[in-house]
Amino acid sequence: MKIGLFGFLFVMWILILAGGGILVTILGPFSISGYGDFDLLLTSILKAIIAIILVIVWILILSKLKNWIFKKEIKS
Amino acid sequence: MAELIIPAIVSCIVAFFTVYVTTPPLIKFLQKRNLAVKDMNKKDHVMVVRPGGPSIIAGIITSELVLYGFFQINEILAIIITSFIAFVIGYVDDRKVMGGWFKPVALVIASTPIIFLGTYDSNLSFPLFGTVQIPALYLGLIIFMIPITGNTINSIDVLNGVASGFMIIASFSLSIALFILQNYEIAIISLPLGFVSLAFYKYHKIPSKIFPGDSGALTLGAMYGAIAIVGHVEIIAAVALLPAIINSFLFLSSMKRIVEHRQIKGKPVEHTEDFKLKATSDKTAPITLVRLILASGPLSEKQVGYAIFKLTIFSGILAIITAFMRVLI
Repeated sequence: MKIGLFGFLFVMWILILAGGGILVTILGPFSISGYGDFDLLLTSILKAIIAIILVIVWILILSKLKNWIFKKEIKS
Repeated sequence: MAELIIPAIVSCIVAFFTVYVTTPPLIKFLQKRNLAVKDMNKKDHVMVVRPGGPSIIAGIITSELVLYGFFQINEILAIIITSFIAFVIGYVDDRKVMGGWFKPVALVIASTPIIFLGTYDSNLSFPLFGTVQIPALYLGLIIFMIPITGNTINSIDVLNGVASGFMIIASFSLSIALFILQNYEIAIISLPLGFVSLAFYKYHKIPSKIFPGDSGALTLGAMYGAIAIVGHVEIIAAVALLPAIINSFLFLSSMKRIVEHRQIKGKPVEHTEDFKLKATSDKTAPITLVRLILASGPLSEKQVGYAIFKLTIFSGILAIITAFMRVLI
């Protein structure tokens, strides 16, 4: 098994921490104003879209990493 | 704190012995009814009974009801009802072959008691950085979390003892994290999950006498997810569950759709002459955690199980570090 899967777990953990940092520092204080009753709804929708984009980026990074580890493990 | 010790000890004893005592008669009952499946990783023709879900849910309900006798809080009811709905969904799948979509969709229902009983906090806490309030998004998170935790535990239930052993490590890591965060009541409520898993592991470890089945695995996973939500430790719970999440992630990213294991044509793993497990080079087969572990060479079923446990201990340590990081805020 070597170090590959432990490294994969560690990178996942770092990505979770980094994602949390982005959510709290950028997404948390973010709000839209000027649309009256729709402010909260629009803010929520935008936050949801950004969060989904973050998850997609997270999955793409992990996919690349998975392919790299899997190929490396087979070669060794 | 001292007044919590007695409920904690009593509920843990009840959880452990309910499963420990009820599983042998359940095995005999299932043998009589011929509810057994072939253990695919044994050289000889070995049949193993399933599902072990009834004894697991009995352990969870009795121990949590004992705790409810001590503290009448809705969090306990939410955990009991969520786990029970997940058990029923799993039991339906155990008795009748359902499509790949059934469990994820049906498990959404299991998440509703948490919402209706109001046992959640829409502030999502991240280590080091603090909390973010996401009221609308958080409801979506609850609806997704129970199907995800239920199905990830179910998807890692591929070798003797792995699902229950994995759950012992992950749930005790989560309990330790809850104690670190001084969320004592939920920490105590979470302990029976570890003790139920520990008692079931006695019969599930290699060579298995019983398999948990969908009813057992979904119950364990759904209870874990419910604890994560009512205890406000979603991120820590996800970290402790990482090896199982990796398994689901690898599976989904290689298959590109939700599909039942029995519907897959390509074999990710095959057996050597001495019946060790070996990764195949079949490109149509899904990439799984077991296949990745076996990529560097054949291993016995026991060795693969231990490799998964080592990964789980590693992620459990990361979860505990994450809890300490949250204390630093």
